Amino acid sequence: MKKKGLWLSLALTFSLALTGCNSDSASKNTSGSGGEKGKEKLEIFSWWTGAGEEDGLKALIKLFQEKYPDIPVENAAVAGGAGTNAKAVLASRMQGNDPPATFQVHGGAELNAGWVAAGKMEPLNDLYEKEGWMDKFPKSLIDMVSKDGKIYSVPVNIHRGNVLWYNKKIFDENGLQPPKTFDEFFQVADKLKAKGITPLALGDKEPWAATHIFETVLLGTLGVDDYKKLWTGELSFDDAKVKEAVNTFKKMLNYINEDHSSRNWQDAAQLVAKGEAAMNIMGDWVKGYFVNDLKLKVNEDFGYVPTPNTDGQFMVITDTFGLPKGVKNPDDVKKFLAVLGSVEGQDAFNPLKGSIPARIDADVSKYDEYGKATIEDFKTAKLAPSLAHGSAAPEGFVTKVNQAVNIFVTQKDVKSFIDTLVSASAELKK
Amino acid sequence: METVKVTAETKATVVPATRKKRKLTADHWFAFSFLLPSIVLIFIFVYGFIGWTGYVSLSSWNSLVPDFSFAGLKNYAYLFSDFRFQADLRNTLVFTILFISVVIILGQFLAILLDQKLRGESIFRNIFFFPMALSFVVTGVVWQWLLNPSTGINLFLKKIGFESKWYTDTNILASLHWGKIEFGVPVAMIAVVIAAVWQMTGFAVAMYLAGLRAIPDEVREAARMDGATEFQIYRKIIIPLLRPITVSVIIIMAHISLKIFDLIYAMTGPGANFVTDVPGVYMFETTFRGNYYANGAAIAIIMLLSVALFIVPYLISSRKGES
Repeated sequence: MKKKGLWLSLALTFSLALTGCNSDSASKNTSGSGGEKGKEKLEIFSWWTGAGEEDGLKALIKLFQEKYPDIPVENAAVAGGAGTNAKAVLASRMQGNDPPATFQVHGGAELNAGWVAAGKMEPLNDLYEKEGWMDKFPKSLIDMVSKDGKIYSVPVNIHRGNVLWYNKKIFDENGLQPPKTFDEFFQVADKLKAKGITPLALGDKEPWAATHIFETVLLGTLGVDDYKKLWTGELSFDDAKVKEAVNTFKKMLNYINEDHSSRNWQDAAQLVAKGEAAMNIMGDWVKGYFVNDLKLKVNEDFGYVPTPNTDGQFMVITDTFGLPKGVKNPDDVKKFLAVLGSVEGQDAFNPLKGSIPARIDADVSKYDEYGKATIEDFKTAKLAPSLAHGSAAPEGFVTKVNQAVNIFVTQKDVKSFIDTLVSASAELKK
Repeated sequence: METVKVTAETKATVVPATRKKRKLTADHWFAFSFLLPSIVLIFIFVYGFIGWTGYVSLSSWNSLVPDFSFAGLKNYAYLFSDFRFQADLRNTLVFTILFISVVIILGQFLAILLDQKLRGESIFRNIFFFPMALSFVVTGVVWQWLLNPSTGINLFLKKIGFESKWYTDTNILASLHWGKIEFGVPVAMIAVVIAAVWQMTGFAVAMYLAGLRAIPDEVREAARMDGATEFQIYRKIIIPLLRPITVSVIIIMAHISLKIFDLIYAMTGPGANFVTDVPGVYMFETTFRGNYYANGAAIAIIMLLSVALFIVPYLISSRKGES
């Protein structure tokens, strides 16, 4: 009797284990075989879970569903600041040949040196031709999402990286003008420091925020053309101009808040909002934070200018969506990308997200004061890819630069910083 | 690690028993077939993946494109010459030593106080033990705000004339130049130790309390008869008798502190100049942000070996104890 019971439970254990496997494959099948009844789900992968950006994404999905009510959509957003978690999830899915239907990726190196180089993306030239997009996006932007003449993704928005935000009240009370050059910046900063106000707010708990300032200094010192040459290896990091930029950056670090390493970018922007610090150098997602979260008014509570010496230059951060290889429903994905790249789609998404459209013919009236001015700047300015946000160089290089910057902010050792940049840049020439 | 311990222990007990009888009875087969699924799963998902990680750590897979060509010990050589990893080793060493010693001293002290048959002992026990119920992420976020230089208890401390930058301090105490880094005690790490001690001391208290309860009253009585003072009883008798507990506490705390990730990640991040960085955080960032898969795997293997330094002697000694 005892033995029988044992055998029985043994058999049960095994059958349980087997059904475990079974139900797993079955659930996969239903999502796959949904095609027989309805359609394969269109899975949109992003890290847009924050206040404005989630609304933007939902508006976009709503627009798509109005046009194609028979295609089921799944919003597969992964929470986590700046997409760190999402990128980790995406990497494991792509490596495991289980790509989402379409996913968010920054234009530039993150796309080209990453997924395109790994042979994981389908070219989209036919979609661009069919939709007549070749002259609707700026050429330099299309170049950022292309490799060897093939276009690999559709830009949905543009953020500007080289913006200096300032507290209007502090500037008015002290009779200061927002700085246009580095000299003016240091004059203003000295006056503020003398009054006991922190001149520059920095929150580099995540080191990319410091890299963000450094790249705007590089852009302001080198100009767009030389700045771009750094990422192709044509200009070495031990160039005299780079050294000048590093020294300027070092000088700027004398004017930051003491507790910078305990703050993230929102905490730093908050210092400016509260009037505890005067200036902040950060991308224009700060505007969304000021307006949506802190209820501040543009040009009333806070003002903005391009970072020193970068007038007429535009540090681009663009979110794009592409078509991975091995997706079961490429035609549906292309339909979604067509909506994403349309005037309608871009104007549904961007006013909510607080970015500007990537197309040059979008409806300007839908954007706020800052948006309108930036759309104008975007048309005429020279575009530069952002390093801190993965557009200028591969992620591996960016990680190394972030580490070097993190050390530099404390040690302020110009020589060892440049040495590290030079040795890390060996990767760029590959 | 728990699983490793369990299988090694079961092996230790099963193997000598079968050898003695030399003949496998049906019961053994039943036992074995019950164990089989978990043994198979552990071999695949624990040892199999450890092996895979070891293999990756010797490859050149340092981008999104997998590249399994043999790189020898290049990834390890790179890590040991890297500023960040050297800082990580220093931080882990300092954190482990400070964390374990404070937990042991404080845990023993509180347990002895609790053992004085005071009223409401169970309330105190629960108060001490409660932080254990939180996850390290919660602890990290709370202490991040408590010890933030511009908020938290510092507003109070400033009034009584004590100012500290806590985890934003970049100073290294007693520093010596070593490799690329300043070797010493990073001041910022002390803040992290405080948070970790706050969370884990309750656990040590519970273990020591159990140990104290296991010491028979006769021992104390006998010592009192011989004219020993209370202090002498604790110094010469009770605390030495608690040594096996101390060993267990060290093993458990060491594997927490050597693998620590969540507390640091939530509380301080890598810190300015990497004063609070640890191998776990570096491994995560280099693998999933930088796509340096082989470097990340090498860090994982080094972490495994460092934990093994504590666990293996413990397993060997516990096996000896059984046979």
